[in-house]
Amino acid sequence: MTNEPKITPEIVAQHGFTPEEYEKVLEIMGREPSMTELGIFSVMWSEHCSYKSSRVHLGRLPTTGERVIVPPGENAGVVDIGDDWCVAFKVESHNHPSFIEPFQGAATGVGGILRDVFTMGARPVAAMNSLRFGPLNDEKNGRRNTSILKGCVDGIAHYGNCFGVPTVGGEVVFDESYSLNPLVNAFALGIVRKDQIFFGKAEGIGNPVLYVGAKTGRDGIHGATMASAEFDEEALEKRPTVQVGDPFLEKLLLEACLEAMRSGAIAGIQDMGAAGLTSSSVEMASRAGTGLELDLTLVPQRETGMTAYEMMLSESQERMLIVAKSGREKQVVDIFKKWDLDAVVIGKVVEGHHLRVYHNGVLEAEIPVDTVTDAAPKYNRPMDGSKFKIQNSKFKIEDQKPKTKDQTEALKMLLASPNICSKRWVYQQYDTMVRTNTAILPGADAAVIRVKETRRAISMCLDGNGKFAAINPRMGAKLIVAESARNNVCVGAKPIAVTNCLNFASPEKPEVMRAFSEVIDGISEACRAFETPIISGNVSFYNETDGKGILPTPTIGMVGLIEDTRKIITQGFKKEGDIIAILGETKDDLAASEYAQTILGLTTDELIENGIVPEIDLDLEVKVQTACLKLADNLLINSAHDASDGGLAVAVAEQCFSSLNNQANGAEIELSNSDLAAESLLFGETPSRIIVTFSAENLEKIKEVVGDCPFEIIGKVSAENLSFKINGEEKISASVSELETAWKTSLEKQLER
Amino acid sequence: MKFGVIVFPGSNCDHDAYHVISKHVGQPVDFIWHKATDLSGYDAVIVPGGFSYGDYLRCGALAKFSPVMQSVKEFAAQGKYVFGICNGFQILCEAGLLPGALIRNKNLHFICKHVNLKVENANTPFTSEVENGKVLSIPIAHAEGNYVCDDETFHQLEENGQIVFRYCDENGEVTDEANPNGARSNIAGICNLNRNVLGMMPHPERACESLLGSNDGRAIFRSLTKKIAETVEA
Repeated sequence: MTNEPKITPEIVAQHGFTPEEYEKVLEIMGREPSMTELGIFSVMWSEHCSYKSSRVHLGRLPTTGERVIVPPGENAGVVDIGDDWCVAFKVESHNHPSFIEPFQGAATGVGGILRDVFTMGARPVAAMNSLRFGPLNDEKNGRRNTSILKGCVDGIAHYGNCFGVPTVGGEVVFDESYSLNPLVNAFALGIVRKDQIFFGKAEGIGNPVLYVGAKTGRDGIHGATMASAEFDEEALEKRPTVQVGDPFLEKLLLEACLEAMRSGAIAGIQDMGAAGLTSSSVEMASRAGTGLELDLTLVPQRETGMTAYEMMLSESQERMLIVAKSGREKQVVDIFKKWDLDAVVIGKVVEGHHLRVYHNGVLEAEIPVDTVTDAAPKYNRPMDGSKFKIQNSKFKIEDQKPKTKDQTEALKMLLASPNICSKRWVYQQYDTMVRTNTAILPGADAAVIRVKETRRAISMCLDGNGKFAAINPRMGAKLIVAESARNNVCVGAKPIAVTNCLNFASPEKPEVMRAFSEVIDGISEACRAFETPIISGNVSFYNETDGKGILPTPTIGMVGLIEDTRKIITQGFKKEGDIIAILGETKDDLAASEYAQTILGLTTDELIENGIVPEIDLDLEVKVQTACLKLADNLLINSAHDASDGGLAVAVAEQCFSSLNNQANGAEIELSNSDLAAESLLFGETPSRIIVTFSAENLEKIKEVVGDCPFEIIGKVSAENLSFKINGEEKISASVSELETAWKTSLEKQLER
Repeated sequence: MKFGVIVFPGSNCDHDAYHVISKHVGQPVDFIWHKATDLSGYDAVIVPGGFSYGDYLRCGALAKFSPVMQSVKEFAAQGKYVFGICNGFQILCEAGLLPGALIRNKNLHFICKHVNLKVENANTPFTSEVENGKVLSIPIAHAEGNYVCDDETFHQLEENGQIVFRYCDENGEVTDEANPNGARSNIAGICNLNRNVLGMMPHPERACESLLGSNDGRAIFRSLTKKIAETVEA
């Protein structure tokens, strides 16, 4: 091997190994590793690539189902949508890079997830993102939080718009715990014919290995290791570990890859994401049970004097590793040449199970591939749940000091609050319509894209709720999955599969690990109830800055199927005089609501202290969703909307607002209930509730379809005003246009000041 | 009758234009690679939206050097139809087929939303099937759609009826509030003196199905198809 620095305990520690892990490296190798080998072990055994703290728990997630074509383990999961067509999708975090360098961090997050999807042979047709930031008006970090938000939105727009994928939905959430710990979870979905799915397998002894796409530079070296540590004041010094994205190159790479796949010359393909050339080569060989020989001298480079270590660890973007069928490499090279891209044979698939890396004629690394994948460390880390509060009833509305007792004023404040107000300022910067499939634009319960090749449409949404998961991780997780499913149902879609992104603080803290484990169990139970298997996902630990961690934040990306585009339902009220009814029941669920935070002024820590989240009954939830789907399927309803953040009053107000081709309406609501406080009825966040509207003539048929699902008529659609009466007494009366303005302009007022 | 959709590296509305021509206009259509130079056999070419060459240097500035653009100029000089949408409009301006330029939106952001367009001149091959003053709902999606030109050019555009579309409100009033990007005199689309070359920032190909929120873009394609049919017959 070449003259490299001697491996000292300092170097071992810098690479993030514990002494025990390094012992294991020595044991596997039977000798001291070279620097390149140490680097390979380091990135492959990082938390980010090896899932060493989470693997023991992830196995409990349900991953099978009738529609599942490719379960977790590949670049993206694939499910059958009928007529020989499939969708491939996945969500992935890019939290750490987005904190260090918001624009490029978020942009390359989008780039990475798009590659994951088209690696499967699927053309990306929709993207979403789930974003979490600290409060914009925070005294200490408000300006920083604002600039992080603007940078992330700009980066996502830059990448997605240029690449040509519509960004159709997602969420933007604010909470103190995301100050200096932003979360950027990027989702992409692609369409692929069932018989044209590709895999990341290095199959066929003797087949050539091609490097395609952008040239390799020194950017992003150790990005995966960076994403596996918490942050402190010096975090910004890590900026050089953030990669720089080029969406134009990625667009060329997409077209070239799809063309090469169609040519039949490709045996396997894998994107070079985290840990670049290392993870792509190791994973492809590992999946196929083969060995690989690579000559790094042949790798296209944009810097001079790069070492084998640097090339194996570089995270330069927009690159792919392809295994071509023997003898057809020229065909592949020619296709990439057409798109002005590099495509070079850098090695071949060999017998055995070793990765051998040569550089300038010298063997720089020789590692058995399964030792860096399957034999990676796996920890069952200590867990401690003693800090979780048990549900108690300490919270009483009578003991609280609301900022206003006027419920109309409270509704207006809620509609303008950061977590409920319109996110138009954000999504108008995204191209939401390119590819001409978007049937429901951002701002709805779920986005919908039609599938041109069929009569079907696909719905999708991204949902998280750190607050609920922090108070009660298991119940919180169930609530999030249920809301995701409900959001799909509200546009007329049957939920079919899930991808998840689990954002947590340090796994070395026992209470974090306990929350993680509980969240896995909550997700599993709910996914079983909805028959929506998990087909892909990602775990992001170490979301901590200066020792302060984020709320446990599982993000659920759920995808649904609409058999016929004519059966899509939207949330806006359509016609004056339509009956407004609610599927489900309202209970006393004010304690952890947006009302509790915005109007009662409770901090998230105080909500956690109170320890109360809504209880969800999954059987009831399934019943409500089934009823709503049947109504949509029989074309009996004119609108549907989930009552969640801000409760019934906010949900009805949102349905009054105008949308494309649909003018604003009003509503007259009359509720009667002797057990619940007005605040709970109006603003409580009981799950399993869907508001639907329909023509009076459909009422009898609707009652028949709904069966034994709780169903109550609460009012009718009117002209210009929204009013709520409880037991005959008027509680809310407001002009809809005034409410709509407050809701629509709140975020841009904060951001454009 | 035959349409061509030019594909530059980075074009991303090429498939959308192709889809509309083949499915909704119902005419034969080919993709034309930017290195091609033979446009014989086509009656109209669409220069589609997207980010040709990644918008590097300046939107459309590099695409004008693609081999196909010389042929597009000759094609236009023969009186055949050239239709630039969004990035295609930017390319036609850069290539000198249309006057003026498109600069950064006034608010410096990319903007994607449905806007209203007033048809200012129904006497062009692209608008013959609508009436003057008609309001069309068609989406925009761009960061550089702010149309600028010098005073002399502007007066010529006005005098010659080359201003085809202006941003307006839902009642057809051309107001500052209805101007999404700061374009001079709310200009959304212009044609050349001969009226066979049209460039517009909004995307009519995204407004050809009620499922997507609007059908109003069809009128433009219908006008063009009718005109070509007349020309071909004659």
